[in-house]
Amino acid sequence: MSELKTSDTESAELETFRNETRAWLEANCPPEMRKPATSDADVFWGGRNAKFSSEPQRIWFERMRDKGWTVPDWPKEYGGGGLSAAEHKVLRAEMARIGARPPLSSFGIWMLGPALLKYGNDAQKREHLPKIAAGEIRWCQGYSEPNAGSDLASLQTRAESDGDDFVITGQKIWTSYANYADWIFCLVRTDPTAKKHDGISFILFDMTSKGVTTKPILLISGYSPFCETFFDGVRVPKSHVVGTVNRGWDVAKYLLQHERAMISGMGERGVGRPLGQIAADSVGTDTQGKLDDAMLRGKIASFDVDEAALAACAERAVDLAKAGQAHPAFSSAMKYYGTELNKRRYEILMSAGGVDALEWESERSRQGARPRAWLRTKANSIEGGTTEVMLGIVAKRILDLPGA
Amino acid sequence: MALVLTEEQSMLRDSARGLISDKAPVSHLRHLRDSKDPTGYSKELWHSFAEMGFAGLLVPEEFGGSGLGYVEAGVVMEEIGRTLMPSPFLATSVVAASALNRGGNAAQKSEYLPKISNGSLLATLAIDEGAKHRPLQTSLQAVRAGNGFKLSGAKALVVDGHVADLVIVAARTAGAAGERDGLTLFLVNPKAKGVAIERTIMVDAHNAARIEFANVEVNADSVLGEVDQAASLLDGVLDIGRGAVAAEMVGLSDEVFNRTVEYLKSRKQFGKLIGEFQALQHRAAELYVDIEITRAATMKALQALDADVAKATSAVAVAKARAGTTATRAVQEGVQMHGGMGMTDQFDIGFFMKRARVCEELFGDANYHTEQLARSRGY
Repeated sequence: MSELKTSDTESAELETFRNETRAWLEANCPPEMRKPATSDADVFWGGRNAKFSSEPQRIWFERMRDKGWTVPDWPKEYGGGGLSAAEHKVLRAEMARIGARPPLSSFGIWMLGPALLKYGNDAQKREHLPKIAAGEIRWCQGYSEPNAGSDLASLQTRAESDGDDFVITGQKIWTSYANYADWIFCLVRTDPTAKKHDGISFILFDMTSKGVTTKPILLISGYSPFCETFFDGVRVPKSHVVGTVNRGWDVAKYLLQHERAMISGMGERGVGRPLGQIAADSVGTDTQGKLDDAMLRGKIASFDVDEAALAACAERAVDLAKAGQAHPAFSSAMKYYGTELNKRRYEILMSAGGVDALEWESERSRQGARPRAWLRTKANSIEGGTTEVMLGIVAKRILDLPGA
Repeated sequence: MALVLTEEQSMLRDSARGLISDKAPVSHLRHLRDSKDPTGYSKELWHSFAEMGFAGLLVPEEFGGSGLGYVEAGVVMEEIGRTLMPSPFLATSVVAASALNRGGNAAQKSEYLPKISNGSLLATLAIDEGAKHRPLQTSLQAVRAGNGFKLSGAKALVVDGHVADLVIVAARTAGAAGERDGLTLFLVNPKAKGVAIERTIMVDAHNAARIEFANVEVNADSVLGEVDQAASLLDGVLDIGRGAVAAEMVGLSDEVFNRTVEYLKSRKQFGKLIGEFQALQHRAAELYVDIEITRAATMKALQALDADVAKATSAVAVAKARAGTTATRAVQEGVQMHGGMGMTDQFDIGFFMKRARVCEELFGDANYHTEQLARSRGY
């Protein structure tokens, strides 16, 4: 009985939190922020040079920041909301209910923050986490190199010891938004004689440091979200290493779990209009009101089944983590499936749009938003570890198959 | 509600698994099949089920049941799926018990539910008539006759139909095939005059029957729920059955998968364990992810049923559709990766393939439920 009472009290408290959250969101989320972002300008990334694209965007960001809800589950001392996992789930559900956009998008939130919370020292946490929470510093990720893609641990960017500093020389590639970022979290080789996983360190530095240059890469979408990033004798204090020198691979892998969780959630699941209705607008319907393309209708319906099932699995993954039952490599499973599903979504959207989805430059097509987004999704199953690498990780670490 | 089992549910799973893996491994099914057992299940095991409170798992405590929910029923179904145990649990304890509990009047409940709980009464739902599951197409006729009705028509894939003591028959009292209005459920004694039952030996060696009704007389008290208005009751009962079968398919898929992964780790060819080959590793990994996603979708559906049966339809459609495609993939990969051994009757893998095929047809296949989801979303 006592157990029952505790859980009753807990659920009553959670219900109170839900009601308060719902009321607060209703009162504070501007109507313009209650629909999905349709272009990059709709997304607020923060940073030293950040500009708001609209007044509602500013208001929404500032109100959420002041509550600590840019990072709802981080400790309050670092600018977070201090919410429990259950409360965080409620907040997400309530935001989804009204279609509220995330107030701040940030690699600091999705990737570096969790790694710093686990591996950072006090000084690093106090220095960096509040600025991430407040959107003051925009981060980029220095992982891949021209000859270290799927085989990331073979990276060659070197950091040579010189007194209290490391001097960093080398090249990164696919550095997302490096040209807009203020700081970088970067993998560098601090011991070239060790085995490849054992000589890597995880280090943080300012992108305005002397010797850092970036060069955007034009992609098939016509956009340049990624850069080549060059380091020519960049001097970085050794105190900027996160975790232990030469043990950076542990930090890197932990961060990758979060990156993969982030990418698997990139598809705009369950928001906006159902795919079938979007398709019906352009394809038309038959006399029974069914989408007038039976094969496409079937593909969309199968997609909807898989999307709803994946959403349940994502929810379960969070619940398992909370219960301490999660497999650390499960984010690789989610990353593989979520990205393949997002590619399916855009193949369907292109098919549904037909000729209209082919326009690349026009007001009517919002400068080819759909075909560009379609092409962008092709990177989903490559970035952050390819589908093939993910399946290899599942085979080796979860299924324990030999020699993988 | 978190999508993980509670401590109590985990304990239930452990005790169900203990009993089932001990008393009814796959060899139990094999024995029933090979000995041509006339009942197709073990009475003794069914009594153990009743003693453990499983037979009346969904029955309220006031009728001698355990008063548990659909998540708990799913937990037991998943364990049944692991060993393919032929059991009256699905037809009697899940489907019929739900129909009686949700649709029955006080007299019907107190007559039947205690007997279901103590294991003395087997019951089943007779719904399908054609080759495919199309509940609204029901055309078995029930015409008013005196104080009661006369039933005429035929049913197929009646689970446990030849051993049931009570058959719940979906019939048409008005309207035409395809219409929601005009459906009525009847409680029919299978020994009544005019009932002809043919046990159908199925590919999976589980129990099913075809039943013909030739002017079968039933009195007015045998109507379950409202005359002409059974569609909503039926929707709920079928969704409960679908959730339960999805759980069975998750257990079945998981077991096939585990056996297959073990085989990949022990079978050598070309001087290597075949599990070292990337072609097989990636297929195994994809299947693992499929099963985990389907497991989550099924748990979501069962929780939705516990929250409100009437609002669970979409979640159930997702779960049963996913369970169908996942189990089909699991058993096909299971046979393929076991190579020639997978084709032999001596090996158990084939039993899983056969049962998966039957589960896929039970209460609507993946195509049916995918179609339902599309309709519910208005395209």
